[in-house]
Amino acid sequence: MINKICDSAIDAVSDISDGATVLVGGFSGAGVPETLIGALLEHGATDLTLVHNNAGNALLGVARLLAAGRVRKMICSFPRSWESDVFERLYKQGKVELECVPQGTLAERLRAGGSGLGGIFTPTGFGTDLAHGKETRMIGDRGYVFEPALTGDFSLIKARRADRWGNLQYRMTARNFGPAMCMAAKTTIVEVDDVVPLGMLDPESIVTSGVFVQSVVNLKKETK
Amino acid sequence: MTKEHAISREQMARRVAQDVFPGAVVNLGIGMPELVGNYFAASDEIIVHTENGIVGSGPIVDGPRQDFDLINAGRKTVSLACGGHFVDHVDSFALVRGGHLDITILGAFQVSASGDLANWSTGAQANLPSPGGAMDLVVGARSVFVMMNLFGKDQQARLVQQCTLPLTGDRVVKRLYTDFAVFELSGTIPTVLDLAPGTSLDALSRRLGLALQPAPAGIGNYSC
Repeated sequence: MINKICDSAIDAVSDISDGATVLVGGFSGAGVPETLIGALLEHGATDLTLVHNNAGNALLGVARLLAAGRVRKMICSFPRSWESDVFERLYKQGKVELECVPQGTLAERLRAGGSGLGGIFTPTGFGTDLAHGKETRMIGDRGYVFEPALTGDFSLIKARRADRWGNLQYRMTARNFGPAMCMAAKTTIVEVDDVVPLGMLDPESIVTSGVFVQSVVNLKKETK
Repeated sequence: MTKEHAISREQMARRVAQDVFPGAVVNLGIGMPELVGNYFAASDEIIVHTENGIVGSGPIVDGPRQDFDLINAGRKTVSLACGGHFVDHVDSFALVRGGHLDITILGAFQVSASGDLANWSTGAQANLPSPGGAMDLVVGARSVFVMMNLFGKDQQARLVQQCTLPLTGDRVVKRLYTDFAVFELSGTIPTVLDLAPGTSLDALSRRLGLALQPAPAGIGNYSC
């Protein structure tokens, strides 16, 4: 019997080692897996590379890992966000690296990584500073930039509902990077508001196939 | 031209809304462009896209009905229009880059006479360069509209012969809506479509230090 439901968040993140690349879902607060981030903080892995749209807000989300000195590098599209002070301070002190990626390129690099592609040619950023030093190509009369696929050792995702196969449904705009990041990591760990029996999710409404998910943490059973 | 703004933000937003056709798929940037949605007629069924994953966003919602899983790209809580739905980040940016977005309305730091746009970086590393989705939007949308105050807080012109800040895209801006005039940017000399009361083409040209030309059909009264 397939059962991806994990006993606790701390168990779920226990294999994340120092130096790992971790994809973290969420956009400006929506869909940020706060429980898994808390567990990773407690677990203690450090020297992490994080892939996340923002670079944390206030003392929430990835800012908790940044503030604790666990992050070596951030790959993100919009570090300058509401109350992004923690990242800003560390960046100015030279304590964290930044790889700035246009948002659509970030999503598509993850999709490529999860789909077995080596990378993508995108018109986004062609002729700008963000294409500096990158391979470019004219296709027809348009310029494109090569962007390599992006994968993670782990991804931490928030979803609304799962079954024991790891099939997922999300909640409104909290979906954001979830589907792409689930595909792009070797091990995907998802926290969900609720787990339902297998067969209870409408097959037409499953957004992420459980094939892309390795562990599910049920927030209803998670003791804080 | 002694007033700080000849045209208010709300008047600018109303003017932009006049150029959005019924049934258009439109992305509204963070800040001033968000106001444009307030002037869409419901019967026009303009589909508002937010790059974090809404196709068919409704107006901004405050108070007890707000839900932080239902946000726009600027993290404002919104409602969903009838027919509105959610997509993940990969699909959201496929919509943008793939030529399915009719109009993107963006803010800017600088725009050049030939339509170059600078809106992601002030050039100073310390200010956290943050492209977000802007570079994808300008290469993908069929029309790029920009809304900005024509002069900065330092009174420096922001419509310039050549951008001094890092570019988001070159020759991408079609229309520029400002607090003094509306411009069409299709060649090397900006065409003035509308002028605010109390402003003349010559005076504006002198203050900008730029050649300007009137619209072939004559300059409209920019008062809304």
